[in-house]
Amino acid sequence: MLVPLSWLKDFAPVEAETSELVDAFNELGLVVDGVSEIGAVDEGVVVARVLGTREHPGADKVQLVDVDAGGEQLQIVCGAFNFGAGDLVPLARTGTTLPGGMTIERRQVRGQWSEGMLCSASELGLSDDHSGILVLAVDAEPGVALRKALAMEPDVVFELDVTPNRPDAMSVVGVARDLAAKLGVPFRFPDVPAVPTGDSSATVVVKSKDLCPRFTAVILDGVAVGPSPAWLARRLTLAGMRPINNVVDVSNYVMLELGQPNHPYDLTRLGGSGLLVRKGKNGETVTTLDDVARAVGPEDCIICDSEGTPVGIGGVMGGANSEISDATTTVLLETAYFDPMSIARTARRLGLRTEASARFERGTDYAGIERAVARFIDLLAQVAGARPLGGLVDVRGRLPKPARPLVRTRRVNEVLGTALTGDDLRRYLEPIGFACAPARGGWRVTIPSWRPDSEAEIDVIEEVARHHGYSNIPRTVPLSPDVGRLTSHQRDRRLVREILAGAGLSEAWTGAFVAPADLEKAGLPIEAVRVTNPLDQAEPLLRPSLLPGLLHAVATNDRHQNPDVRLFEVGRVFGLPLPGEVLPTERELVAAALAGADAAEAMRVWQVLCSALKLEQVVTEAGPQAGLHPTRSARLVAAGHELGQIGEVDPDVVAAYEIDGRVGWFSVDLARVLDAPRRPAVFRPVSRFPASDIDLAFVVEDAAPAAAVESKLREGGGDTLVDVRLFDVFRGPQLGDGRRSLAYRLRFNALDHTLTDDEVGALRRRCIDAVESALPARLRA
Amino acid sequence: MITDELEHLTSAGVERVRAAATLEDLRATEHELLGKKSALASFNQRLGGLDVEERKEAGRRVNEARATLQQAIDDRRATLAEAERRHRLEADRLDLTEVLPVPGRGHLHLTTQTRDELEDVFIGMGYQVAEGPEAEDDWHNFEALNMPPAHPARSMFDTLYLDVGEPESVLLRTHTSPVQIRVMQSQTPPIYVVAPGRVYRYDTPDPRHLAAFHQIEGLVVDKGITFGDLAGTIEAFTNAYFGPGTHSRLRPSYFPFTEPSAEFEVTCIFCGGDGCRVCSQTGWIELGGCGMVHPNVLRAGGIDPEEWTGFAFGFGIDRLAQMRHQVDDMRDFLVNDIRFLSQF
Repeated sequence: MLVPLSWLKDFAPVEAETSELVDAFNELGLVVDGVSEIGAVDEGVVVARVLGTREHPGADKVQLVDVDAGGEQLQIVCGAFNFGAGDLVPLARTGTTLPGGMTIERRQVRGQWSEGMLCSASELGLSDDHSGILVLAVDAEPGVALRKALAMEPDVVFELDVTPNRPDAMSVVGVARDLAAKLGVPFRFPDVPAVPTGDSSATVVVKSKDLCPRFTAVILDGVAVGPSPAWLARRLTLAGMRPINNVVDVSNYVMLELGQPNHPYDLTRLGGSGLLVRKGKNGETVTTLDDVARAVGPEDCIICDSEGTPVGIGGVMGGANSEISDATTTVLLETAYFDPMSIARTARRLGLRTEASARFERGTDYAGIERAVARFIDLLAQVAGARPLGGLVDVRGRLPKPARPLVRTRRVNEVLGTALTGDDLRRYLEPIGFACAPARGGWRVTIPSWRPDSEAEIDVIEEVARHHGYSNIPRTVPLSPDVGRLTSHQRDRRLVREILAGAGLSEAWTGAFVAPADLEKAGLPIEAVRVTNPLDQAEPLLRPSLLPGLLHAVATNDRHQNPDVRLFEVGRVFGLPLPGEVLPTERELVAAALAGADAAEAMRVWQVLCSALKLEQVVTEAGPQAGLHPTRSARLVAAGHELGQIGEVDPDVVAAYEIDGRVGWFSVDLARVLDAPRRPAVFRPVSRFPASDIDLAFVVEDAAPAAAVESKLREGGGDTLVDVRLFDVFRGPQLGDGRRSLAYRLRFNALDHTLTDDEVGALRRRCIDAVESALPARLRA
Repeated sequence: MITDELEHLTSAGVERVRAAATLEDLRATEHELLGKKSALASFNQRLGGLDVEERKEAGRRVNEARATLQQAIDDRRATLAEAERRHRLEADRLDLTEVLPVPGRGHLHLTTQTRDELEDVFIGMGYQVAEGPEAEDDWHNFEALNMPPAHPARSMFDTLYLDVGEPESVLLRTHTSPVQIRVMQSQTPPIYVVAPGRVYRYDTPDPRHLAAFHQIEGLVVDKGITFGDLAGTIEAFTNAYFGPGTHSRLRPSYFPFTEPSAEFEVTCIFCGGDGCRVCSQTGWIELGGCGMVHPNVLRAGGIDPEEWTGFAFGFGIDRLAQMRHQVDDMRDFLVNDIRFLSQF
């Protein structure tokens, strides 16, 4: 919202430095996004009428323009072409200094004299528009100083960021009222004449009073359409709107000043004698002012002429067919209150957000319609000679009732931590229109019709806080009765990250959205939760796996000559809801991608993690896993629950991602890992007697996993076998195909004595027997 | 006579000891000078022919000579031992900078590091850490937060919906605030929690925005909690996280789930409040939103707003990390280029 200070001053006698005003706005929550100090334009810039244009004989990027500068004809060389004979344009005469510091001199351009310069809006410091010469839409005589013609007194324009709860602050009067209260100066509405009463020839039928609870119409006759006077055009320009003609400009002016959108129709272009308000029909289209045919439906409020032809989408945008033109002489003015929710829905569905819809969807002042109508009539009388024809037609449905909450002084102080008195509350509330009537323990507050956001006690408390000043509330720190700490799950998650980082992996954060093609490329089933309105149409799925994202990250690094990155991610993946559930399944996974490393390396990293988490009973069950190398991957299982998968990424998948070499991989469900059985941290005695180490090598068929050999060795060794370590794996022709040698170092140790040679020999035998009897394995000679 | 001989023997002996080049040499020399067959030993035999007084005197001198030689040998031995040790160690010298690197420690993501730091500050203030689902239902994300269907404030959140259940009934949470509701539903006050997590918006990524990003949310519900408590807590956090000398200020704002609502700003960490390019010369940097929990939100969480009051606050973790570490483009957070990751 752009608010010129001069306009605010119409309603509140504000005399303060700009910086003080900025502070006041900020404290009110009308956050200042920008301040423009508009300086005066030099007297030497005058209005000139273009008499004609001619080609420059020596250049084609510029033209010669003959202008009337007020009884004096001048030749100007100009580089813009956006105007023609008859247009009024700003002329900087020789000797004038422009806001940019340039002083205009009489000079020759390729042999042709230029007696001044025609200016763009940006060259005059009026706006950023430098697309061409500013063509003036005002009624002014050539030779008149531009600042006089445009009523360009120095001004300050505040750009306020108005929060969506404050429809009142989308108007100059609303901002002025808040500011006046903050600064302790009086506020007054604009003076307006009484609204005309009596019969009207305009007919208004409202069939959809739920969508449009109040609709008024008044006819204005004798309208002379033309450019607006300078002061009006100037204000609109400062407020960021483009002057069009006096009728449209007055309409916009009233909207900006009072926050009430309104719509003037050319009565003669309406079929019948008035308007009909109804719901849209299925399959109906309405062509709006911007020449777009828009599909509407029963949720939308459609404004039609009395013959039923749509002339606009109520509260959002008018139609092209009844637009004000130069020929308009009779205006029918619509000023209405639309249901905010309905406008919000319509605007959202049509993707059409206008100045009008922005105000209606926040809730306009349904009780302020008379003031807006009167202001319109008064202004149009001033600038276009219009006069009302008949009275105001006013059709009402069920309007909101002003809320009247009880505001308890004690409660205000309880919520804010203040020590305000009842009088303090009234002192803050009444200047902003919140009427206070005495009530038990505080005030019965009547909320003004322009504050639809405010209805309950807490809303009023916020107003008190705003006007008291947030910075004036004493600060205290509440003491938590609890000891702050992470849950064991949260601590372990941090531990997992630290362990993986310690193992040389860096943490990645990959996107949550994937394309079906990504899943296919990663060798995964295309089964995922679909996003209704994906940001990127190509990526409509929620990731069911961390594999595509991490492979993409590996490929990115590979392209940047960092082929051997080791990455991990802790992130959520999603699946379709389980039967009877509303929400998709959501699991937090820990995945690692080790570029340039094989499945063995993945196992080593995983074992570090297991060791840190004291995970004991994790079983590695070999078998093909989606996306992974068919003969180099396995499921990780603990206590009957699948924790995840481990191994290497399928070579075809690796190739599809254009990655060179192997990629070691594991992905586990964090919650299941943390829930898996862990070795209790209970002291186990260590022996004071020397241990005996022996080495055993077995020739084992490939069908038997090393884990099974180890398990049998432990079985055979019993409690005395304190450590088993695989230290060599060997394949060779002497062993034959499909076999390998596995060499283990076994450490035996008893708690209460030194083991004798005989005892160690017997244990050794038992271990060998356990392996050979259960597995296709024999001791290597 | 004996005296002269002894003196000669001693001085010659000391010379020889000093000439010993190795410990091995020294051992041989020692044997020669002080051993049973040494010249010095032969003196003892010659003492027998002397009278008592002379013998006493000569004996003393022999012992003196022996002590002198022994001292010289010990000194020499220490010197040689030290030299040999030095020689041995010199031969063992290793240039510690010529060691071949092994893969070093990896790096936690900048967002994780920032999140952990923030959690730790609040844990120190007695808060627990709460979490909730990223795929949420409309009720927790909007309705329970005082945004009934078609509430205009919903347009503040560009929502990504999921094709699950009724249209627009399940979505990717647009903020961490639904965790407030889940905490209130599952716990009884007093509640002191922070809820960090990932949130999603229909927002085209640019240098300052991501479609998925992280927020941290705070919620306190207790007896007698006031707006002053909120302002004080923000200030305490600001001091703890950004360091002493930084301050905070609150300005009125609007969120449907809090009332009164505020934006909070902290002293610009780059200029200390003097005004610079980062803070647009204001001296302040906007960090997040906060306010007193709206009574309707307390009710949705099953808490009686007349008995309990509360405050909530929230801000972006990635944005904070971006600012503190001067990352130009937030999209770098998601590229996972090791050259980025390993900087933090």
